[in-house]
Amino acid sequence: MTAKAEAIHSRIWDEQPEADNPFTAAACYCRGYDVYGELLNKASFVEYLYLLFVGERPTPTQAELLERLAIALANPGPREASVHAAMCAGVGGSPAAAALMAALGVGAGNLGGGHEVRVAMEAWERLGCDLTAWQAFLADPPQAERADIWTPMEHAPGFDPHGVGCAMPVLQTLEVLRTVGAGPHLPWLAMHREALEAAAGAPLALSGVAAAAFRDLGLSAEQGEMLYLLLRLPGAAVHALEQKQYGFRRFPFFHGAVKYVGPGADNA
Amino acid sequence: MSNKALFEYEDHWPTELGAVSVADGTVTFRGHDLLNALEDLSWMDLLMYGITGRRFSPAQLELIQGLWKISVSYPDPRIWNNRVAALGGSVRSTPGLSLGAAIAVTDATIYGQRPMIGVFDFLQRARAARDSGEPLADFVARELRTHRGVPGYGRPLRSEDERIAPTLRFARGLGLCNGTYIDLAMEVADTLKRYRMGMNIAAINAALIADQGVTVAEYKRMAVLAFSAGLIHCEFDAASHPEGTLFPLRCDRIKYDGLPHRAW
Repeated sequence: MTAKAEAIHSRIWDEQPEADNPFTAAACYCRGYDVYGELLNKASFVEYLYLLFVGERPTPTQAELLERLAIALANPGPREASVHAAMCAGVGGSPAAAALMAALGVGAGNLGGGHEVRVAMEAWERLGCDLTAWQAFLADPPQAERADIWTPMEHAPGFDPHGVGCAMPVLQTLEVLRTVGAGPHLPWLAMHREALEAAAGAPLALSGVAAAAFRDLGLSAEQGEMLYLLLRLPGAAVHALEQKQYGFRRFPFFHGAVKYVGPGADNA
Repeated sequence: MSNKALFEYEDHWPTELGAVSVADGTVTFRGHDLLNALEDLSWMDLLMYGITGRRFSPAQLELIQGLWKISVSYPDPRIWNNRVAALGGSVRSTPGLSLGAAIAVTDATIYGQRPMIGVFDFLQRARAARDSGEPLADFVARELRTHRGVPGYGRPLRSEDERIAPTLRFARGLGLCNGTYIDLAMEVADTLKRYRMGMNIAAINAALIADQGVTVAEYKRMAVLAFSAGLIHCEFDAASHPEGTLFPLRCDRIKYDGLPHRAW
């Protein structure tokens, strides 16, 4: 290595090289802890995950909240768009990574996706637990002046625009996560859910619960978006594998669904 | 609170784009028989017709291809999105996965899609503001105050953009360098000189394309593929080198700035 060699700067990861090979690590330290010499034998997966994102060990309450949240998010189910995308990869015989990339790409957006969680968390950061401010925000969400890769939200972030009432899994998740007792946002959300739903004109969605939970874990909106994307991948993976087994003939093709209605169409 | 839209669209997808008939193999593309009635369409023509529903002249299609070639096809694996494609090739992922990842990464903020879309949108807002009577300098100053920058002006690695001169020469050769937006982009550049913010190619490209009547939503879809040639070149080049040899890093090239070593 020359004196002027460029380096990767990190507050997360440190390595010590093997004596016989400067390109191979003999020891790896995450946030100061020896990963393979100590954490591997002592930390749980969610403790390690929290350490990676936050930089410190979680309290038992924080670890419990992340554990419960990870279970709630792990499989959105095969009807959900990101999992549906992964199944399209699976059924066509695409590589494993393509299934996960499909799930990430489709599951990144404004409806039930990572960007919705981020927007909801940014709202939490601005509005805190102020019901009046939330009601004003939900009734008339501000729109960005400038165009972006993301289109503007078409519904209140964290709420289901196609919902009729709050779905039972959402209620169950909110109740379990609230009772863990990690922070102020989930209990406040549970207490004011109906008032918020009335302001939003839509029932609370799992993305909204996740946003509150990430705030209670002390994550930034950027971190919450990233972790939400990560935590939903297991379901995408297993459903992609399952549909590959079933084969394309047993996967919906929506045979009669697509109808051309443009110029020259016979719309009679 | 309503699920009416879901009932309406259940097993029902009305579209003006087109469809394939599984029964007889007919492919309708915006009302035309794709397989038998669109022989005159080049691939770029098909792409633009599909996105916009409008046909573009040969010169306009040549302009789009030329802009992509000159401005976003650099064969250099150090550039971040190119590097993603090249890393994929280096560790022997598939070309498709490498390119897909690299295209996704091109949805970037300091280069790529965000500045491209941002300056397109900025020029449209600047024109609207000027048409409503606001001096351009005032609009630009307000943009700087509000957003701390103007997309398409300023550049992360080199302040001078070497692509501008050949791009303008190319557009002039096609007779497509005399629209409202390209003039506006130049005026903005003059206005920003006092802030030492040089124009970059994203502003020129956006202006030239906006002058062809393209909307910002259409530009987003066009821009997605703009980098693809350079990306795949870098992937293939890396795949032709010994595996794992693209920019290897020794352990001590991680400069650790974190907490001291500690016990769990």
